[in-house]
Amino acid sequence: MKTETNNKIRQFDQVLEIIQKHKYQKTRLITILQEVQEVYRFLPQEVLTYVATALDMPVAEVYGVATFYAHFSLEAKGKYVIKVCDGTACHVKGSSKLLDTLRSQLKLNKEKHTTDDMLFTIEAVSCLGACGLAPVMVINEQVYGEVNSARCSEILKQIIEKETEMASAS
Amino acid sequence: METLAKTDLREVKQSYNRAAERIHKRVVICAGTGCIANGALKVYEAFEKAVQEAGMSLFVELELNYHDDHKTIQLTGSGCQGFCAQGPLVNILPDETMYTKVKVEDVPEIVEKSLIQDEVIERLLYKNPVDGSRSKGQTEIPFYKRQNRLVLGECGHVDPQNIREYIAHNGYQAAEKAFTEMKPEDVCQTIFESGLRGRGGGGFPTGKKWQLTLQEPSEKKYVICNGDEGDPGAFMDRSLMEGNPHRVLEGMMIAARAVGADEAYVYVRLEYPLAVSRMRKAIEDAMDAGVLGENIFDSGHDMFIHIMEGAGAFVCGEETALMASIEGKRGMPMPKPPFPAQKGLFGKPTVINNVETLAAVPLIIRNGATWFNAYGTANSKGTKTFALTGHVANTGLIEVPFGTTLREIVYNIGGGVTDDDGKVTGEGFKAVQIGGPSGGCLTEEDLDLPLDYDNLIAKGAMVGSGGLVVMNKQSCMVQIARFFMNFTQSESCGKCVPCREGTKQMLSLLDEIIDGTATQETFDLLEEVGQVVKKASLCGLGKTAPSPVLSTIVKFREEYMQHIHNKRCPTNNCKALASISIDPEKCIGCTACARKCPVGAISGEKKQLHFIDAEVCTKCGVCHQVCKFDAIIGFN
Repeated sequence: MKTETNNKIRQFDQVLEIIQKHKYQKTRLITILQEVQEVYRFLPQEVLTYVATALDMPVAEVYGVATFYAHFSLEAKGKYVIKVCDGTACHVKGSSKLLDTLRSQLKLNKEKHTTDDMLFTIEAVSCLGACGLAPVMVINEQVYGEVNSARCSEILKQIIEKETEMASAS
Repeated sequence: METLAKTDLREVKQSYNRAAERIHKRVVICAGTGCIANGALKVYEAFEKAVQEAGMSLFVELELNYHDDHKTIQLTGSGCQGFCAQGPLVNILPDETMYTKVKVEDVPEIVEKSLIQDEVIERLLYKNPVDGSRSKGQTEIPFYKRQNRLVLGECGHVDPQNIREYIAHNGYQAAEKAFTEMKPEDVCQTIFESGLRGRGGGGFPTGKKWQLTLQEPSEKKYVICNGDEGDPGAFMDRSLMEGNPHRVLEGMMIAARAVGADEAYVYVRLEYPLAVSRMRKAIEDAMDAGVLGENIFDSGHDMFIHIMEGAGAFVCGEETALMASIEGKRGMPMPKPPFPAQKGLFGKPTVINNVETLAAVPLIIRNGATWFNAYGTANSKGTKTFALTGHVANTGLIEVPFGTTLREIVYNIGGGVTDDDGKVTGEGFKAVQIGGPSGGCLTEEDLDLPLDYDNLIAKGAMVGSGGLVVMNKQSCMVQIARFFMNFTQSESCGKCVPCREGTKQMLSLLDEIIDGTATQETFDLLEEVGQVVKKASLCGLGKTAPSPVLSTIVKFREEYMQHIHNKRCPTNNCKALASISIDPEKCIGCTACARKCPVGAISGEKKQLHFIDAEVCTKCGVCHQVCKFDAIIGFN
């Protein structure tokens, strides 16, 4: 229990640092939330309240911004975030088939985006601007172009193998 | 790097060019998002290693005063060279040899043959997909040969991360001229005379916009560069910011001079992390060099540029929504007037221009208005970049003068239409979707139409930001319309009723057509709602949201009717309308489909022809996925 409390305090430490860096400016709210999310991978409710209080804003306003932009997530995401581009070029080259393959392999669906082991999150995102390589998917920062079902299974397999190795090593 | 405070641009340029002349060969590796995805960074590392192993000296950053008799190689990454499908691209200068699809294994051979000696490696040259012939460099490859790369010109030649290289290519001279030799009125007038119009979609004359902002009496004004390129299928702004960030900054400086601003913002989409980091570095380097900051060019004027990362909202491409977003609020549009020129960012007069527009500005100031307006048509001057994607052989980024025909773009630059397997087919062309979710489609009859702002509006489409998605005969236009409607519906900010509710209704009407439950009434209603959304919405997003639907209704009415009245999708893309059967010629009776069918609709003995019971079949498509012999008919 004690470690948990300590963790929470540490959590707010980092948030405070970010807010101080931006000099408590309300106009920097989006950037602040982006940096906070980078640290925690999502925006926990108590952090939103903390940010609102620190910036002297209604929580509703901070919540409003956090829910308006697609980038912000109020739920925890998996270790590997798979973004499947659903821009026009990718769409006409079969991105929905790719999405189907990923979902069926990871046992996810339109409502359920994250695997139970918190390893993968699947997101269909708007154009990533790599249309020349359609269909495109991005896993964390790595861009994969011209991904067909076979290649996609191969990529998933590699990640899962790597993770199992790491788990058994530790 | 030493500070170039009170920079003498010409001095930097001369010393840099002198040093560059002593370079034996220069290797330029495309490091745009596309080529990086194909492994360009690994190729870059391989070059570093191989050049040093070969005993040659290597410069990544050119040293100005080197004295070396050895053969010296300069290795640079560049911005997007546009030919993304052929990446990673490696250019060797001064030979102008361009190698395509270069792999790490190819690098030692390139170093030995093309750097140490002057040989050309035939197999790595671009291969024409039609006749198999090889082309040596950009001057010979049809994809490049037919373009006019003015705005994109230096992308792919200069190192985007090196300010001195930009200066060596006459960079920042136009900004210096604007600040030291021209009055704000003259800058506005030159841009006005050039005929430059907004490249982000609207097509408003840029010079006019600047004049309106200049007239406003205010101590504080802002310039914003709109890099929130959200249109699916468009990546020209990304390529410019990644490939030549200093040009974008220079354009912003000139805009600031023209309207009397001293502070500017670049708003970049979060989906473009590489563009963000390159722009950020460019700003830092320009600050260090004294090109940005206080009293630039000894003119007595200050100039500061900030970068703002978006957070994933398409509507922020709309100017008033974008400004709200910079202010830290939800990105919702405001009614106009007041226009940004009167009351913009933080309530101050603001000029907001698209990336491509601003990137054209330094060229106009440097070369003059008449140089620029020699390109293009009567009301659309200059060149336009297009992202050419979809079912076309040469996907990538292109730049052509306004007035170029679609035929030229699709067949000569694009190399022709491909089928679903990627092979070029002579008769595959069905339509081109232009202008993304705000645009419309053009068909075979429009192939010879000169593309410009006015011609496209007359055809119910628009230049938009310049996404050009080619579709072959296997594409279902109802599905395409639904795709865009789904996009705008989810991106609608929800502020005004016509857009929020209208797009939702239109989407569900389209779903009825695709699911086979539609009647003529559905179709009539779809058209009617479309007109209302178009007329009554608050901002550009809503006003143009029905365009893809209305445009396909006009051009492909018959295809809609087939879906509605005959419950048939002519291209077999709509699963619910598919009539599924098994091809007796291809089925070998492997039982794979029967075993996988979730509803038990497939029957047949081992090694015997199988059958599908249409009454039971839910058209889920599993049989099509598992069949290794392509024997299931009815799915595309």
